[in-house]
Amino acid sequence: MAQKKITTPLTDEVVKDLKAGDDVLISGPIYTARDAAHKRMVELLDKGEKLPFDIKGHLIYYAGPSPTRPGNVIGSAGPTTSGRMNKYAPRILEAGSKGMIGKGEMSGGVQEALKKHTGVYMAAVGGAAALIAKSVVKNELVAWEELGAEAIKKLTVKDFPAIVVQDCHGGNLYQEGVKKYQRT
Amino acid sequence: MREISSKDITKAVKDLCVDANYNLGEDVQDALRKAYEKEESPVSKATLKQIIDNFEIAKQGEFPICQDTGFGVFFVEMGDQVIIKGNNLFDAINEGVRQGYTDGYLRKSILADPIERKNTGDNTPAVIHLDVVKGDKLKIIIAPKGGGSENMSEVKMMKPADGVEGVKEFVIDKVKRSGSNPCPPIVVGVGIGGTFEKCAEMAKRALLRTIGSKHSNPFYAKLEEELLEKVNKLGIGAQGFGGTQTALAVFVETYPCHIASFPAAVNINCHAARHKEVIL
Ligand code: SF4
Repeated sequence: MAQKKITTPLTDEVVKDLKAGDDVLISGPIYTARDAAHKRMVELLDKGEKLPFDIKGHLIYYAGPSPTRPGNVIGSAGPTTSGRMNKYAPRILEAGSKGMIGKGEMSGGVQEALKKHTGVYMAAVGGAAALIAKSVVKNELVAWEELGAEAIKKLTVKDFPAIVVQDCHGGNLYQEGVKKYQRT
Repeated sequence: MREISSKDITKAVKDLCVDANYNLGEDVQDALRKAYEKEESPVSKATLKQIIDNFEIAKQGEFPICQDTGFGVFFVEMGDQVIIKGNNLFDAINEGVRQGYTDGYLRKSILADPIERKNTGDNTPAVIHLDVVKGDKLKIIIAPKGGGSENMSEVKMMKPADGVEGVKEFVIDKVKRSGSNPCPPIVVGVGIGGTFEKCAEMAKRALLRTIGSKHSNPFYAKLEEELLEKVNKLGIGAQGFGGTQTALAVFVETYPCHIASFPAAVNINCHAARHKEVIL
């Protein structure tokens, strides 16, 4: 199991080097968005309008953190279930994003879109929310404050721990890993 | 009769909300450490390491174990010699949740209406199960429940002819279909018997058992062991990355049953298997 350090924004070369099962430490800015923000982003793209931030080469983090204590950068900030974003992810990749971070397998055309747009889907460990919070060094509001925990935030992270689960070559850790350890 | 003031109940509940969300039970901690030792898959082992580091950080009291600090689920055992002074019991508990989730910087995840989906802003109301027992004590158990694992639960009205084999099949299939969603390694609660709602409640109550404990009935103790072994053969591993440590425990609870019925229920808990209790 290789450990790789990557810095955002990502290039195609970096993405191509990431394989399902790789242990990754991410540094640089990542953008949080979940259901409501995705709905709005796709509406903007449909109208041919610009997104509220430059998405080129960037990663979207599916997260809804707990409240921030005074003096801290963020509250606990683990991933949420990615499957709910299946129908949005291909559009976001098409718009120039290089991938996403969440938890659980993504389907419904996502694997194909990762291949087509050279993107990567990484899993953060669900419930490792306090540990992940420690890797966030800066937390800025980008858009749609009225969405509360669902607003788009720019998180600057240092060595954010993630695992490549679905890569641009068709690799899928959820399927390969389980098959390997199944004993029936 | 013994009087307990509703203020003391509120205070105790407030503390329980915070304690449960920052301090993982010792039994769960030990079980996760053992799973780390036993795990054969390098990816799942590295994941378990993160899970262990995470609950250690949470103990320091700044960051809750998980950002999903859950629905406040309570099991209350009230002694028949207890009188509550001040507010009624349910109001006192809800006030404790309100204070605990606000002052403890816990996420508010409860929506006032399932269709309209507007947040109540203070994580109330709680779900409260009340039992009356002998004595002059009041026991309050909190089990905050996250959405990811709760969504992977099911009640099945099986046929009496399905027997214990039917239950095994149902449980294994449910865990298999849940895959990575409930944040494995999981704890599996199984209810068998009773009515539709009693069965679901037992499956949830089963999650309160201490990891490592055995069912008092040898038949069910054996069933728990067999189910755990079968679940771990599914290969799901930590977070569904593939591995040998899918579940920390399987707990079964049973209740008498109607001649025509055979309900079974599965309620899954994630590795953030949170519950704490207090006796007033
Ligand atoms: S299932 Fe449990 S550990 Fe996973 S995100 Fe939900 S509450 Fe957290």
